Amino acid sequence: MSAGPGGRNSEPWGGFDEPLIQGSGGSAVIDMENMDDTSGSSFEDVGEMHQRMKEEEEVSEEAAAAEDDGADDGEFLGMKGIKGQLGRQVADEVWQAGKRQASKAFNLYANIDILRPYFDVEPSQVRSRLVDSMVPVRLITFPQKVAGELYGPLMLVFTLVAILLHGMKTSGTVIREGTLMGTAIGTCFGYWLGVSSFIFFLAYLVNAQITLLQMLSLLGYGLFGHCVVLLVTYNIHFHSLFYGLWLLIGGLSTLRMVAVLLSRTVGQTPRLLLCGTLALLHMSFLLYLHFSYHRIVEGLLDSLEGPALAPMGRVARDVHEVTLNLSSSSLGTLLRAH
Amino acid sequence: MASDEETSRPFAGLSNVSISEEIPVEGDITVPTGPSTRDDEFSTLDEPVKETVLRDLRAVGKKFIHVMYPKRSSALLRDWDLWGPLLLCVTLALLLQGGAADSDDQGGPQFAEVFVIIWFGSIVITLNSKLLGGTISFFQSLCVLGYCIMPLTLALVVCRIILLGGTGIVSFSVRLAVVTASFGWSTFASTAFLADSQLSNRKALVIYPVFLFYFVIGWMILTFSPGN
Repeated sequence: MSAGPGGRNSEPWGGFDEPLIQGSGGSAVIDMENMDDTSGSSFEDVGEMHQRMKEEEEVSEEAAAAEDDGADDGEFLGMKGIKGQLGRQVADEVWQAGKRQASKAFNLYANIDILRPYFDVEPSQVRSRLVDSMVPVRLITFPQKVAGELYGPLMLVFTLVAILLHGMKTSGTVIREGTLMGTAIGTCFGYWLGVSSFIFFLAYLVNAQITLLQMLSLLGYGLFGHCVVLLVTYNIHFHSLFYGLWLLIGGLSTLRMVAVLLSRTVGQTPRLLLCGTLALLHMSFLLYLHFSYHRIVEGLLDSLEGPALAPMGRVARDVHEVTLNLSSSSLGTLLRAH
Repeated sequence: MASDEETSRPFAGLSNVSISEEIPVEGDITVPTGPSTRDDEFSTLDEPVKETVLRDLRAVGKKFIHVMYPKRSSALLRDWDLWGPLLLCVTLALLLQGGAADSDDQGGPQFAEVFVIIWFGSIVITLNSKLLGGTISFFQSLCVLGYCIMPLTLALVVCRIILLGGTGIVSFSVRLAVVTASFGWSTFASTAFLADSQLSNRKALVIYPVFLFYFVIGWMILTFSPGN
């Protein structure tokens, strides 16, 4: 059963001189003696085998390369020959080791499979959670269930970004440093991530039972009310309508979040602190989103020809005219003085 | 019984073959590499540049035609390339530049803004569809989303031509109709390619971000008004 280096082609049955495996070099040699009885049925074993095969391939490639180099340099290796071959081998090994490290690190950190369980939802679940986010629960003595998913909140934040962009466009916002898109994304994501982390930190301080994922999910779904209100009021500019919707829809979604938090906190002061902070931040965010892009509309509508919208309320243009007059008169006095 | 013994006799000697430790069993099995002519067939280094460029252009053109008439074919997915999306992105960004109310500081969506929106949006949608369990690869999804921007680019060209005739309620409604039609066409074309790679009950979850993405782009096109 011994196979000498030159003898295989002389076998009567043809030996190995037929190309069995086409393609690049590297042979896949599986040593049957080392396989467990359970191998092939578990992923770890197959993965291990695969890894070992790859390593053997690499080692055999390196050995083949080294052998080729040795053969190329000839039988008599001068100083240059040794350095060349050694240097090349070392460089090769360093490269292989570095590549292995980098791919291991990449597979560990850039693996999106970490997030996969949070996106495991069905459309009907998302729909029911959207509707539930506007319905305050009545039972606060028992910890309410909060779904830990990220698809719904993420989509709602993006929807809010799109609505905000629409609002900024129709109000003719001029952003000096930065871009419209950057501001919109920064505002919405900043609110979602920042306020969630802050409330989670407060909850940690008062020992409330909520995890960061649940808080992200809760606040994300709470933005559904904001989306609805802004969608309506960026297009129909009635102040009273906005205030009514602010109280009604904003209030409902805030009440829902507050009720969930109440059910998971004990003690009067912690409850007041946590829920008061959340209610304040949530309602004032809606106010801020509406008013920061609304006042500008009133001023600009008179001076520019925009789409046909009903002009509303006070015009802020008077202030601009006054400052313009002041500056022109001061310039005039300056010129006259010289 | 005798015949069994006869048939088993040729192999009788092998039944107790054992490899003793003293005999070194060694050697190397090297697989002879295939014929070297295979390399020449696939090597494209020696062909003239014109041929390379024409081949790539033809591939891009074929994909554009696939987007125009969206059928459930896998040609767009099989050989993905990002030339088409890059061309469309640059065209869109160039055409959208220089239009706004104020012309001193911010002239509408800047070039970089459009780029970032398109590529960031495509990456987010791809990650989302992968996380929801899609079988499509990262670059294939980028390729599909990029190519399906083409109807919106055509709509922008049409809108610019309409805007040459003035801005009024009529032109606004015509532009609205054109942009809405092309937005629907883009979404429909991309879902024809993307939805097949998803589980059937989660299609809506994948289609919604695509809808939002093309909606934002369509909105940018619709609200574009050229500066003086």
